[in-house]
Amino acid sequence: MKRVLQSIAARSTIWVPYFWLLLLFLAPFLMVVKLSVSEPAIAQPPYLPAMDFWDGPPGWWEDIRQFSISNYIFIMEDSLYWKSYLSSLRIAIIATSLTLLIGYPLAYGMARAPRAWRPTLLMLVILPFWTSFLIRVYAWIGILKKEGLLNQFLLWLGVIGEPLTILNTNIAVYIGIVYSYLPFMVLPLYANLEKQDVSLLEAANDLGCTNRQAFWKVTWPLSLPGVIAGCFLVFIPTVGEFVIPSLLGGSDTLMIGRTLYDEFFQNRDWPVSSAVAVILLLILIVPIMLFQRSEGRAKEREQ
Amino acid sequence: MNRSWSPFNISSVVLGFAFLYIPIIILIIYSFNASKLVTVWAGFSTQWYALAFQNTSLMNAAWVTIRVGLISATIATVLGTMAALALVRYNVFKGRFLFSGMIYAPLVMPEVITGLSLLLLFVSMGMDRGIVTVILAHITFSMCFVAVVVQSRLISFDRSLEEAALDLGATPARAFVQITLPIIAPSIFAGWMLAFTLSLDDLVIAQFNSGPGATTLPMKIFSQVRLGVTPEINAVCAILVAAVASGVIIASVLLKRQEVRRMRAEQLAAQA
Repeated sequence: MKRVLQSIAARSTIWVPYFWLLLLFLAPFLMVVKLSVSEPAIAQPPYLPAMDFWDGPPGWWEDIRQFSISNYIFIMEDSLYWKSYLSSLRIAIIATSLTLLIGYPLAYGMARAPRAWRPTLLMLVILPFWTSFLIRVYAWIGILKKEGLLNQFLLWLGVIGEPLTILNTNIAVYIGIVYSYLPFMVLPLYANLEKQDVSLLEAANDLGCTNRQAFWKVTWPLSLPGVIAGCFLVFIPTVGEFVIPSLLGGSDTLMIGRTLYDEFFQNRDWPVSSAVAVILLLILIVPIMLFQRSEGRAKEREQ
Repeated sequence: MNRSWSPFNISSVVLGFAFLYIPIIILIIYSFNASKLVTVWAGFSTQWYALAFQNTSLMNAAWVTIRVGLISATIATVLGTMAALALVRYNVFKGRFLFSGMIYAPLVMPEVITGLSLLLLFVSMGMDRGIVTVILAHITFSMCFVAVVVQSRLISFDRSLEEAALDLGATPARAFVQITLPIIAPSIFAGWMLAFTLSLDDLVIAQFNSGPGATTLPMKIFSQVRLGVTPEINAVCAILVAAVASGVIIASVLLKRQEVRRMRAEQLAAQA
């Protein structure tokens, strides 16, 4: 009896979370794929075939025969969509580079701080990550807008003659992304830089390198795994970002997360938004696989 | 670049932290501004806090958010811990590959897709959107984060401790509750905190899966912010930031203290 109870406990440890994810992650995802080949309709729910979960296999088969790729053709032909994809990728690449540019010196400085301070500095990087993402993005509105604090400050300094328009432009989106995702860049970089053996740099000096040369010949190549991890951690979520472009961006800031959201909530075209989602995921699969591979390799190297 | 704590390194750390913290500090300072104009300072006042607390729709949203957070974080912690145990303890079972894929995929899935896909599920099952659907959605993505956090602790866990308990006659359930659970408890707690803040923070997934009467605080803030910055929203944000920051700081101090106590106990045991 005891043994039976034990094996039930062991099995449910696997099966309860397994079924949960099958039902609430995999099944919904397959439904997005399915909906992307359905037709929009003025009905409740607003698409055809309705594919009622309770229809059973014969009903499902009937629905499958009605599938079409018209939504994908529509997305290919309408320039709004592919422009959104391209512009998301461009914004994500530029923002990731900017985050690296700001994050690297910060991580480097932290790794060179007195040993006793490092845990505190690390916690200070993680802490903003725990505070609301939405609020951190919102905080920038008051700073960047025309009569905002940044413009007041620059006017007071005399750097500019009249207020700059920053809010609702792509520049504001870049600032928002760099700000929100900076911890994702700094953490892997810091983990890497902190582990590096300083005696390697001394050896480089002894062999006649200046400090600058030693950095580019020793520290930088050794830190590449951290750079790669940080860049992927910033790039992947940025491509599908919704909150930052919709709060800080202008009407001309095209990002696919926002296009999908508007397609769904304003145009109420569920099938097209599903097709947009499927293509977005196909685009993201490449960097995600590359990231997993480089992580796997990093783990092997450690062992 | 210099390898010591040089002026260059000091200034990059100082500038980096200034960039990370100044926006939040400004937000908090201006929540005490007497003026209705968010960017003009007109003296100290707590009137926006009073107004925020009197705003019933704001308070309702806060209450919905707290309930969703507490319930979803708790269930997600149980499910996530089970998933972590399954991944670490049972190396071979049917569908393990799919299982670990489903744990990691939600971590990188764009929120708009997670939100949309869950909505489609709820619609096809004929469920009305409301607080229950938001809770289900939050459990689903946050349990994966909990699983990852607990898993990393379980991997470094020394199983011989549990085996010793079993040799001494404890049942597996007792060994788990008395040995394993206390050791992995900090990571379970950290997982719960993470799940709670993820739920507190989520806008996009809630936007897709919530219905009338189940507006969460981020949804409320988002719709208000689109109309413009108000000092009242500043006040609400400042309260949230203060609550989360103090929660995290208290939690990390407690964990640290526990760690120190454990290390001391280990030292004593080694001496004896």
